[in-house]
Parts: sequence; C-alpha cells; structure tokens
Amino acid sequence: MSDRHVVPIGPYHPLQEEPEFFKLIVEGETVVDLEINLGYNHRGHEFISPELTYDQIPFLVERICGICSNSHPLACVLALEDICGVKPAPRGAYVRTIIHELERIHSHLLWVGLAGHFIGYNTVWMWAWRYREHILEVFEMITGNRNHYAANKVGGARRDILPEQIPQILAALGVAEKKTLLLTKAVLDDPVIRARLERVGVLTREQAVAYSVVGPTARASGVDIDVRRDDPHDAYADLKWNVPVLPEGDVFAKAKVRLLETLESISIIRQCLGRMPEGPIQVRVEEIPAGEGIGRTEAPRGEVFHYLRSDGSNRPLRHKIRAPSYMNIASNVVAVRGGSIADAALTLAAVDPCYCCTERLAAFEDGKLKLTGRDLLRLSWAKTERLRERMP
Amino acid sequence: MRDAEAGLKSLIPEAEVFEHNPKRLHISIPRERLTEAAKYLHRERGMRLATCTGIDTRAGLEVLYHFSEDKTGTMYTLRVLAPKDDPRLESQASWFPATDWIEREMHELLGIDFPGHPNLVPLLTSDTDWDREKYPLRRDYERRNEAHER
Repeated sequence: MSDRHVVPIGPYHPLQEEPEFFKLIVEGETVVDLEINLGYNHRGHEFISPELTYDQIPFLVERICGICSNSHPLACVLALEDICGVKPAPRGAYVRTIIHELERIHSHLLWVGLAGHFIGYNTVWMWAWRYREHILEVFEMITGNRNHYAANKVGGARRDILPEQIPQILAALGVAEKKTLLLTKAVLDDPVIRARLERVGVLTREQAVAYSVVGPTARASGVDIDVRRDDPHDAYADLKWNVPVLPEGDVFAKAKVRLLETLESISIIRQCLGRMPEGPIQVRVEEIPAGEGIGRTEAPRGEVFHYLRSDGSNRPLRHKIRAPSYMNIASNVVAVRGGSIADAALTLAAVDPCYCCTERLAAFEDGKLKLTGRDLLRLSWAKTERLRERMP
Repeated sequence: MRDAEAGLKSLIPEAEVFEHNPKRLHISIPRERLTEAAKYLHRERGMRLATCTGIDTRAGLEVLYHFSEDKTGTMYTLRVLAPKDDPRLESQASWFPATDWIEREMHELLGIDFPGHPNLVPLLTSDTDWDREKYPLRRDYERRNEAHER
C-alpha cells in the first residue's frame, strides 16, 4: 500500500471550472481507483420546488443547468402533462422540438471545443465555440435569450417561431452543418487526436448497463438507447433520424457520437421547419389534478428524468429530478481504472459534465454596435502583426 | 398483459399493478420482495434504472424505483413502503452500481436506512456542518430560511 498516492482533482476543477472533487488513487502513473465527492454546489431544487406553484416550477428547473436549460423545463412540463393526460398543441410541440434540438447542437459544439481544449488543441476550442455562436444568435432571435429560453409551458410552447425568422434559422443551420462536417473531418482524420483518444477511458457495454448510463456516454458503449426514439414526445414520432451507436466505449467514440448527433439534430430541425402545422401554440390547462407523472427527454448529455406528484393543489407534493450527469459521472469510477493520470483528466471530461457560460461582451457607442466579431478578429490579427514586428 | 408485468406477477403474486397509461406502469410490492423484483427487471428483462424517488407520506416513507424498458419506451415503477418507525430497505448497491448514489442520497435526505450498502456515507450535504438527525425531504423538517435568521 505504501506506493499508493492520492492525486486530487478539485474540489474546484482546474479546467472545467466546476465544483467536483475527484480523488485519484494512483500507483505510480496508473490510476487504481477513484473517489468522487459531490455536493459542493448543492442547491436543493427538490426541496424548493414543493414551495412554488406549477407556473413557477419550469422557471426554477430551467436554472438547474446553463447548457441544457431547455431539457429540465421540458421534462418537467412533460411530467405535468402526464398527470393531466393532455397532449401539447401540435404547433407548440414542433416549437419545443426545434428548441430542444438547437440546444443539442450548441451543447455538442461546446463540448467538442472543450474536448479540444483538454487535449491542448486550442484551435478546435476557439473555432467550435465560434460556430456555436450562430446557434446562440438564433436562440436570441426566437426566444429573446441566449441560454435560458423559457420556451416550455404545460400544453405547448410559450412563444411561436415566426415565418420571417425561418430563413435566419436555416442560414445558421447551413453554417452549423458545414462547420460540423469540417470539425468532424478535422477531428476524426487527425492521427494525433486519434492516438490521444482511442482506447482511452473505455467504458464497456456491461459497465454501461450496470451503471445505467444514458445519452452519448451509453451510445458510445454500444447501448442503443435514445428517449426521443424509444418514448417519443412532442414532434419526435413524426420525424426520421439516425441514432448513432458505436461499440468502442472510448473517449474517441464519445466524441464521434456527439459529432454525428449534431448532424442528425440539424436534419431534425429542417424536417420540423418544413412541416410545422398551423394553429395555436398552446392548449389551455386549467389545473393540475391529483396524481403522479413522469416526464423524460433526451438532453444533450442523456435522459433527463422528472417525477411529480400532485395532490390537486397548485403546488406539488414531491418533485424528483435526475439529471443525466448523475448517472454518467458515477461510471467514471470504472472508466478511469487502469489508465494513466493524464488519461484520467480526459476520461472524466468525456461524459460532458455540466458547465455554465452566460457571459458575453458587446461594445455600443451612440446606440450602435461598435465592434463585431469580425472587428475583434481584425484587432487580433493587427496585434499579432505588431508583436511579430517587435520580434528580433 | 406485457411480458415483464406478467413475469413480475408470477414471481410476486401480491404485486398490485396500476396502469397510469400504456407507457407508465406502477407496481406496488411488499418491501421484502424488492431485491427479487429489481433483479428480475434489470437482469431478466434488461431494464435500466432511471432513478429512485423517496417520498414522505402519511402511510410511511414511500420509495419508487423507476425502471425504463428502452425497447418499448415503458416506465415500470416499483413502489415499496418503509414504515416511519422502521425505515429500512434492502440495499441494491452491491449488485447494481446504478443504485449506489441514489441510496446514499435517500439515506441522507429522507433518513432511510439501506442495510448492505458498501459505503452509506452522505453524498450531497456538507461533511462538516450538517445535523445528521435532520432530513430535509421529510414533512416534519422545519422549512424556514435559516440564513435570514442568523
């Protein structure tokens, strides 16, 4: 036992900037065990929720996560619709589906960028986040917000997507598709990335099943599950797409699954925009009767699960929330075992644990946008030139 | 009747099945039969554990084990009841790692004991300044904003 040491990652993760504590137990360079400590940022949503009314709860659960901020309110209203036995208005269901898929695109691009950052490939990071920006602009146009969309409501959607907004959505999707293909090719064909990610942090199919992992983490280990296809809600029953499943279970497979899924999401949104039904976006739901309901949806990281029990009043008796990372992070214990310390940092990031980014900068002068992204790029080039001139 | 439902009924005759809708089944079983039922659903029927929900009710501490049959998109929810004067349920964590964290969470937030759990330590609440006799998701927990009173 004397040659066993502890390498701490956390309690504040140096790269993911999140409060999680991974205690790597190592023998030399090899990780032999992992202890995970959580709860540094426990906010007690399940405790707060029964104090709020059903109208307020979707806004509360929206704040659980800054990236998959649509998945939690969607799963929550699905649970409430399950209690009432109502179906959302058809147009509202399509609006919800579009926003849900846009969220998957921006989340996966964010992860691809972070994955690049983690392996020291900062070019991928910068460019992936730049391409993600177009999707956030679409969000701002159709919902008014870049990250917290407040789009879901029991019985449908809160805001419509207007016909004049569709060309801009399609244009942004065009860019996202072109750039995702480019990234996919750049990442998958790069021998250095392959050498770094292949056979690293393998989660076998049996382990994935035993830990009941969800989402891309499960699909990269050969477990063919996707709530959108298996238990369709909203518009998903009308749509056709592929669920990419890979058997390898390594970090490379997880990256590949996410990139392929992004392309599928683009196809889903195009299908939705092409066949959006006319009519109201919401049906009126007067009250939530006594009963219990389960709502689940496929967030970018996997199945989000909400259980609600109502006693017929305007507040729930119990609200259980399970985010996908709760199942996925636990599986790290087996995925890092036997790998090196350097691989562990990657493996821990490969399940895409949650991370929030809501800040941004815009410089205005006399009511006009002063600097655009293009200007910032030009300034950056100019600075590089100046530095180059100063070099001996 | 679905295969899994029929199998569970023949395994545990006293199971009571309530069909909320075709995709949501709730099955009440006596708590002594929990391990058998969970093993049947996970090992024989290949179901995935979505999570567990613990609820403080008048009848006792109700625990729901939400299993998802992904082939059919159906949720099978096992419902067991642990009386408040003896809040114990057999731990599943030794054979089913997916239950490890959620049992720890129910243990600290609802005060349910899981004998047989390999590592029943708190998961979410603070290691240093938390009253271990207080269970925030129980009905009798004093819901007041302690931060404002300091």
